[in-house]
Amino acid sequence: MSIFLDKNSKIIVQGMTGSEGMKHTRRMLKGGSNIVGGVNPRKAGESVDVDGTSLPVFGSVADAMAATGANVSVIFVPPAFAKSAVMEAIDASIELAVVITEGIPVHDSASFWAYSASKGNKTRIIGPNCPGIISPGKSNAGITPSDISGPGPIGLVSKSGTLTYQMMFELRDIGISTAIGIGGDPVIGTTHIDALAAFEADPETKAIVLIGEIGGDSEEKAAAYIKDNVTKPVVAYVAGFTAPEGKTMGHAGAIVSGSAGTAQAKKEAFEKVGVKVGKTPSETAALMRGVIASL
Amino acid sequence: MDLFEYQARDMFEAHGVPVLQGLIADTPEQAAEAAAKIGGTVVVKAQVKAGGRGKAGGVKLAHNPEEARAAAESILKLTIKDLPVNRVMIAQGAAIDKEYYFSVLLDRSNRTFLSLCSVEGGMDIEQLAEERPDALAKIAIDAIQGIDLAKALEIAKAGGFSDDIAAKVAPVFVKLYDVFVKEDATLVEVNPLILSKDGEIIALDGKVSLDDNAEFRHERETMERDQLDPLEAKAKQADLNYVKLDGEVGIIGNGAGLVMSTLDVVAYAGEKHGGVKPANFLDIGGGASAEVMAAGLDVILGDPQVKSVFVNVFGGITACDAVANGIVGALATLGSSATKPLVVRLDGNNVIEGRKILADANHPLVTVVDTMDEAADKAAELANR
Repeated sequence: MSIFLDKNSKIIVQGMTGSEGMKHTRRMLKGGSNIVGGVNPRKAGESVDVDGTSLPVFGSVADAMAATGANVSVIFVPPAFAKSAVMEAIDASIELAVVITEGIPVHDSASFWAYSASKGNKTRIIGPNCPGIISPGKSNAGITPSDISGPGPIGLVSKSGTLTYQMMFELRDIGISTAIGIGGDPVIGTTHIDALAAFEADPETKAIVLIGEIGGDSEEKAAAYIKDNVTKPVVAYVAGFTAPEGKTMGHAGAIVSGSAGTAQAKKEAFEKVGVKVGKTPSETAALMRGVIASL
Repeated sequence: MDLFEYQARDMFEAHGVPVLQGLIADTPEQAAEAAAKIGGTVVVKAQVKAGGRGKAGGVKLAHNPEEARAAAESILKLTIKDLPVNRVMIAQGAAIDKEYYFSVLLDRSNRTFLSLCSVEGGMDIEQLAEERPDALAKIAIDAIQGIDLAKALEIAKAGGFSDDIAAKVAPVFVKLYDVFVKEDATLVEVNPLILSKDGEIIALDGKVSLDDNAEFRHERETMERDQLDPLEAKAKQADLNYVKLDGEVGIIGNGAGLVMSTLDVVAYAGEKHGGVKPANFLDIGGGASAEVMAAGLDVILGDPQVKSVFVNVFGGITACDAVANGIVGALATLGSSATKPLVVRLDGNNVIEGRKILADANHPLVTVVDTMDEAADKAAELANR
């Protein structure tokens, strides 16, 4: 097991024929993901050779699903077209849509989220502006390097891409069940809580690392959720203690306004419910090492 | 991006929201001319992105052009909450009967939009929310359905408006929602929205924040931007994601989260080394090419406060050997203008090759350290010498 993504996942890539889409399709294939095709309405019917694998291009997500049985879509479509790409995935009721695209206007992500809700949230959306999801040794849907860490008992959920990589690297001797980057935008599909709930239910995951950063209240909500619903040990890390108020730190969502969303507030929320918080990524990994040793 | 009041006023007007005349002036003479053009009593208002303008003396009534000139002269000398006043707006005077409050904003926590409304406007809305939360209606707005006339009436009634006034303000709410959607705003706030003695609804003061991610679909080149710190302006030209901070250790890293984390780790390390702090946030993104590295180093080395630089890269998509070549290439490009010590930590993809490239180059300014914590400690130590 793993969460949201396993060895049976059949993946299509929306925007596969673009430069980013092609680069990462190649990387995902090389890492062992089962990529079954791409979507581009202007190139429907063509096929693309990727390092010896011929991948068919379909006119729509629905066509691709009908022809290949795909159940996961990874979206690399540029910001201006991302909203309609996600809505298309929702219309096709694909199980999982991983939105890698950075820089999507927040009105567009709010719209596709509302659209998803109006359709009963049948499609799990991860992102936007995220590295995607990887279940090492099984499948990788996104841009996370496939070889950082092998499989193991740790579930990892993070707002940040490079911190996901860093933490996987620190814990590579223990291994990862699934690492999921939920993205740093103000409106995202899958939250810390969604990942916590799935990790709690996943028999392969024995302990959870949660990485947060300044902005919003996702971490505070996660802390409250852990208190009532999570029995597996959780270790947390929060980035952005030195970020000044009112300055956006790279991620559109990483901004502190007033007293809300500070790193200190998030750390306190976790500690209040008994979740240990590392001061640095390496200290967080050391805490997790201690947790695993005591299991 | 937050707009100035006059920019919000112009935007409101373009979308049919009722506003009063308003003209901008950068000198007392222009202020007098504007007041003459508008005629009658005017209000001279400091254009700064800060609250509390009135208390700071940044809003003055003027009954004629001469008074407007004098008012502008004094206001243009002010600094409000550290922001110098470079521009005033000369606004037509209003005979106010009642003051109301309306806003629509992104509700991040609930992944939707939210409208706030109260028949009691004019005052500090955060104070109202705290002292008498019942007086401030909070209505969730579906991002697809938006605010139509029926929704606008629902908002007005929840905000405490009587039926006849609700019928008057509701069409204005619909137009303000138009501004919110069509301009890709994350906040549209009117405080106060007034009922004039003539019975008109008018947006007297407005705040608008726009989504930077949506700039590609708007033409706003002519819009006055915030004054950037010179280093931030230079970084922006090079398309770098840079924020200037007040410290001594320059930071370069890849990925927003890792760079934020690097700032924290350097700040902790600094506690043992004379209290040195990170000097900036700089995310060079996934690409980390020699050109990007050179542009980043150039900006950071241009900060006179910087005493050492910490380059912290996790090679994910970009391999460490490419990053190492980027650093060596950047130092060659910068030549003798690179004078401050660099501490480099590389991990991840092709780390052995990357470290070897740096070792072979043997640049006198470069120290390679294995872990993030040790590298932060070394950079802080070097900055404290």
